[in-house]
Amino acid sequence: MKNLINFFKSFLLLELLKGMTVTGKYFFARHITIEYPEEKTPQSFRFRGLHAQRRYPNGEERCIACKLCEAVCPAMAIKIEVAERADGSRRTTQYDIDLTKCIFCGFCEESCPVDAIVETRVYEYHGENRGDLYYTKEMLLANGANHEAQIALDRAADAKYR
Amino acid sequence: MNIETLFYLFAAVTVFAALCVITARNPLHAVLFLVLAFVSSSGIWLLLEAEFLAIALVLVYVGAVMVLFLFVVMMLDINIEQLRVGFLRWLPVGLLLAAVIGVQMVWVLGAPEISAGKTPVVHAADYSNTKELGRLIYTEYVYPFELAAVILLVAMVAAIALTLRRRRDAKRQDISQQVKVKKQDRLRIVSVPSASEAGVAQDVVVSGDHTAD
Amino acid sequence: MMELLQTLQQTGLDLFGSAWLLIWTVVKIVLIVAPLMLGVAYLTLAERKVLGFMQIRPGPNRVGYWGLMQPIADGVKLLCKEIIIPTGANKFLFIAAPALALAPALAAWSVIPFDDGLILADVNAGLLFLLAMTSLGVYGIIIAGWASNSKYAFLGALRSAAQIVSYELAMGFALVCVLLAAQSMNLGEIVRGQQSDYGMFGWYWIPLFPMFVVYFIAGVAETNRSPFDMAEGESEIVAGFHVEYSGMGFALFFLAEYANMMLIATLTAVMFLGGWLNPFHGWPLIGALTDAIPGLFWMLGKMSLMLFFFLWFRATFPRYRYDQLMRLGWKVFIPLTLVWVVVVATWMQTPYWFW
Repeated sequence: MKNLINFFKSFLLLELLKGMTVTGKYFFARHITIEYPEEKTPQSFRFRGLHAQRRYPNGEERCIACKLCEAVCPAMAIKIEVAERADGSRRTTQYDIDLTKCIFCGFCEESCPVDAIVETRVYEYHGENRGDLYYTKEMLLANGANHEAQIALDRAADAKYR
Repeated sequence: MNIETLFYLFAAVTVFAALCVITARNPLHAVLFLVLAFVSSSGIWLLLEAEFLAIALVLVYVGAVMVLFLFVVMMLDINIEQLRVGFLRWLPVGLLLAAVIGVQMVWVLGAPEISAGKTPVVHAADYSNTKELGRLIYTEYVYPFELAAVILLVAMVAAIALTLRRRRDAKRQDISQQVKVKKQDRLRIVSVPSASEAGVAQDVVVSGDHTAD
Repeated sequence: MMELLQTLQQTGLDLFGSAWLLIWTVVKIVLIVAPLMLGVAYLTLAERKVLGFMQIRPGPNRVGYWGLMQPIADGVKLLCKEIIIPTGANKFLFIAAPALALAPALAAWSVIPFDDGLILADVNAGLLFLLAMTSLGVYGIIIAGWASNSKYAFLGALRSAAQIVSYELAMGFALVCVLLAAQSMNLGEIVRGQQSDYGMFGWYWIPLFPMFVVYFIAGVAETNRSPFDMAEGESEIVAGFHVEYSGMGFALFFLAEYANMMLIATLTAVMFLGGWLNPFHGWPLIGALTDAIPGLFWMLGKMSLMLFFFLWFRATFPRYRYDQLMRLGWKVFIPLTLVWVVVVATWMQTPYWFW
């Protein structure tokens, strides 16, 4: 008897029809697609996008060339050269991030003792040549200058979890 | 372009394709030429207003039989050199066969009933070749037809019986059993209390060792 | 309209003499093939849209309003691509295969009645012709697979060959039921045989319902569409028989597949869903209101419905396993169709045959 019921169940394609009602229902469902250039998903204040170098409010650059970020970087995307500045402080002469290598793990930001290297919310950048994605110290500092307000807000929002 | 030119065109293609079937070096090309021969001979049948036979030829031979031929020929690793070894030895037999077929054809085609009326009969537009064929097969020739069907059936059963052997060591899947399986047979839903419901268990979950999962 | 056609015929005959028949036939062929190709192009868009909607996303919507220029962009892209012929490929067959796949798919349209009398070749053995043409399509696939000199392509070709030959039998028997019911192999006669005062209840899909289902499923298998797309099987054999094709060669296979899909949808509409007939004919009120709508509209509507089912299947079902596919063809469909042939033949001898 049970076999007979099963036979008719499979013969009448009941399960296939069930599957088709599911997809049929979704056919009329509201789309969940975010139409990217016009619409954007909300971002977290911990968003890890394009890197930036920060400065203190008095204009002094934060980076003390401790090389912790270079050491921790799993993709070895950071290259730092150090020299003594005229006033005797330890400063970088070269601070490059190769964004084609970077995996945006955020370790550099975590390891930085002075919050110098940070990752901003910027993700809409591009390069037409490979070299365009090789960010030098000047470019990173410029990024920092451009987005300082947002960066400071994000650090403040995140501060209580640290 | 009258019927006769068309006939000679189709006939020439058929003969050419048939020649290529036996001369082609690549067995796959031979099969494809055989397909061409079938198609062009069905064209000849169309000229004779035998549209049922013509289409059936394409449908059965080209559409099914030759596909299986191709299937087999593509899978076989045929050594052409080996096939050519016995060519000269079997040539006399082949020639003899060809001669017999030739004589038969002359005999049949030279008969006065056929050679007298050379042009095919032209029928009215509403004449249905299919209906005529069905009428003939199922009335006048019903016994030969049924006999042929039975012989084919016997041949089919014999072929299956000869090749069907249950191998003990082979693993096989019984699909009807697999299809029958229902959700209840395989799936067991276990209700596990979540951390907040368990209350006291919360600490255990947090400090629980991660090697468990 | 008819007078206009007649004057056109007359002037053509005067101008070109005996060559006019040829010219007129070519014109008619173009009138069928050009909308068909356009339909194929927009069927690809419809497919992506339907798949998208069923996966709660909008589908292509960037090229032109609502993505309407997408098929044209795709076509231009494929046209501009380089055609690569693999080393060791049989060059002649490799190039001929896409044409061999497309030609039968287009040739079959010559016997399709779009409306009463709107048909290119009113052949008596139209049904047989269609069966023959659909069975020829497999050559393109097999030859493509073999000529590519690639293992994946070859595997795809073999799968497709076995699959198409198996499902053709079930398809043929389903059609035997139809021609039993219609007592004709002429497609126009088959549609006229479904004419009654009961509208859609006079069509053959009611007495032949199992055959309707079997025919359509076998048609899906015959066109190598999901869930029977073993010949392509992206996850197993990359893209199957057309893995080595690029540019226009690939596009021709694509065209052939979609033209075949439309053909199966049309045939289902003609044989089981009353072709160009009004589904409400003879019904009170609505029948009188809809009788003025031309038959071509109903025909296209029924085609679109069946095509939607093709896409719906693709969005719903996972791919069959190969042995399951063979079991379905040989152990389910063929016995079922054989039994139904006998049932229909017996039924027609009783006084309870209303169709």
